[in-house]
Amino acid sequence: MTKIIKYVIADILRNRMVLVYTLFLLASSFTVFSLEDNSSKGLLSLLNIILIVVPLVSLIFSTIYVYNSAEFVELLVSQPLKRKSIWLSLFSGLAASLSIAFLIGAGIPLLIYQANMIGFTMIMVGIMLSIIFVSIALLATVNTRDKAKGIGVAVMLWLYFSLLFDGFVLFLLFQFADYPLEKPMIAVSALNPIDLSRILILLQLDVSAMMGYTGAVFKDFFGTSTGLIFSVTILFLWIALPVWFSTRQFNTKDL
Amino acid sequence: MIIATNISKQFGKLKALDHVSTTCSKGECIALIGPNGSGKTTFIKSILGMVVPDSGTIEFKGKNIRNQWQYRDEIGYMPQIGRYPDNMTIGQVLDMMTDIRNKKTALDDDLIQAFSLHNLLDKRMRTLSGGTRQKISAALAFLFDPAVLILDEPTAGLDPVSSELLKEKIIAEKEKGKLVLITSHVLSELDDLVTRIIYMQDGKLLFQKSIEDLKQDTGENKLSKAIAWVMTNE
Repeated sequence: MTKIIKYVIADILRNRMVLVYTLFLLASSFTVFSLEDNSSKGLLSLLNIILIVVPLVSLIFSTIYVYNSAEFVELLVSQPLKRKSIWLSLFSGLAASLSIAFLIGAGIPLLIYQANMIGFTMIMVGIMLSIIFVSIALLATVNTRDKAKGIGVAVMLWLYFSLLFDGFVLFLLFQFADYPLEKPMIAVSALNPIDLSRILILLQLDVSAMMGYTGAVFKDFFGTSTGLIFSVTILFLWIALPVWFSTRQFNTKDL
Repeated sequence: MIIATNISKQFGKLKALDHVSTTCSKGECIALIGPNGSGKTTFIKSILGMVVPDSGTIEFKGKNIRNQWQYRDEIGYMPQIGRYPDNMTIGQVLDMMTDIRNKKTALDDDLIQAFSLHNLLDKRMRTLSGGTRQKISAALAFLFDPAVLILDEPTAGLDPVSSELLKEKIIAEKEKGKLVLITSHVLSELDDLVTRIIYMQDGKLLFQKSIEDLKQDTGENKLSKAIAWVMTNE
């Protein structure tokens, strides 16, 4: 399996996209930090960039990569290799290269300007998000044969997680404004890894005070070690479940 | 060596394979023939585990191949359209396959030599012509000296010289007692190769006969004429 991961990573590196992505992250992180005199303001701006760009790039790049390497996968499947290890190698290769790109692109500036708990959480969350969206991309591609359709599904998924979900939550909050929804909101936030990451980081910053009563409930829950363990577990589930489902489907897929 | 029992496969409404059963043993050279879309490639892909049949079993050396992968170590497969990662060079693809197969015994690089592929090792796959890709597919299928060779349209796109080289190699391997499965539309070139014919149409196996029987039954000496006779008389 390590052999295949090696070839997948070598193949991804030969593709310039990941390099461009790293440079983009580097450029935007340094710009954001040098524009603001207060580095925690910079951190907030960077948070927004990360929460939008990292899922988008991970999702779209992985989807396109999986479709483009259909030949490679076909070649490997006719060889004495387990299908499971082919698929997991594809996942590991993508996850590793996108995480490393994030680590270099956003991790280095963060360590230079914010070498504290917040910066560290942000790096962890960025890496988790990269891997989560690789995993979701694999699930989307294994289900759709057509490349255009598959990329469409990936874009829709990104829209859902970045925009639609928040709209849906706001709608719920307004409709049921008469009820105490603060605690159920914790459960709802587990349904979207981007929201969960945002909460995790915002709670480390002082701005959580601006989130009102919900913010206080969140702080009460996510601020504790139980809350932290809960959210990290949920993030891991967001990685593991799509990978598990897609591996199962890939095992019986016709190539 | 390979026993297929009642395999069926459906793609949407299309019945790609309809209760196909056959037995292939060592030393045979079997030609799978039939019109386009008759299920030949699907049958081959089922043997390789690339397509999972809806029903029926395939045994390789007495073991059901379902969810197995080790058995593919003994198969050399040449796909109809050889598709390789665009960014890799020929040398890298050959190295990668050698690395994956991890064969301890000596490699059979006859075809690499015969096709002079060693002069092209630095070329990227995306720059190659269809014929050169086909040569690489052929070289890879024979490289690891497998006991079973599965060749899907091996000579399509090859120039006459290379096609002749490949044919000689196939005959040489058959003489060594290997099982060779070929699909082809060019019947004339199968004449001096095959020992048995499997004729498929609309996913069904219409008939299978050894070449002697076929020639005797039809009274024709050429394979193409014999098949034409069968088509008009059955």
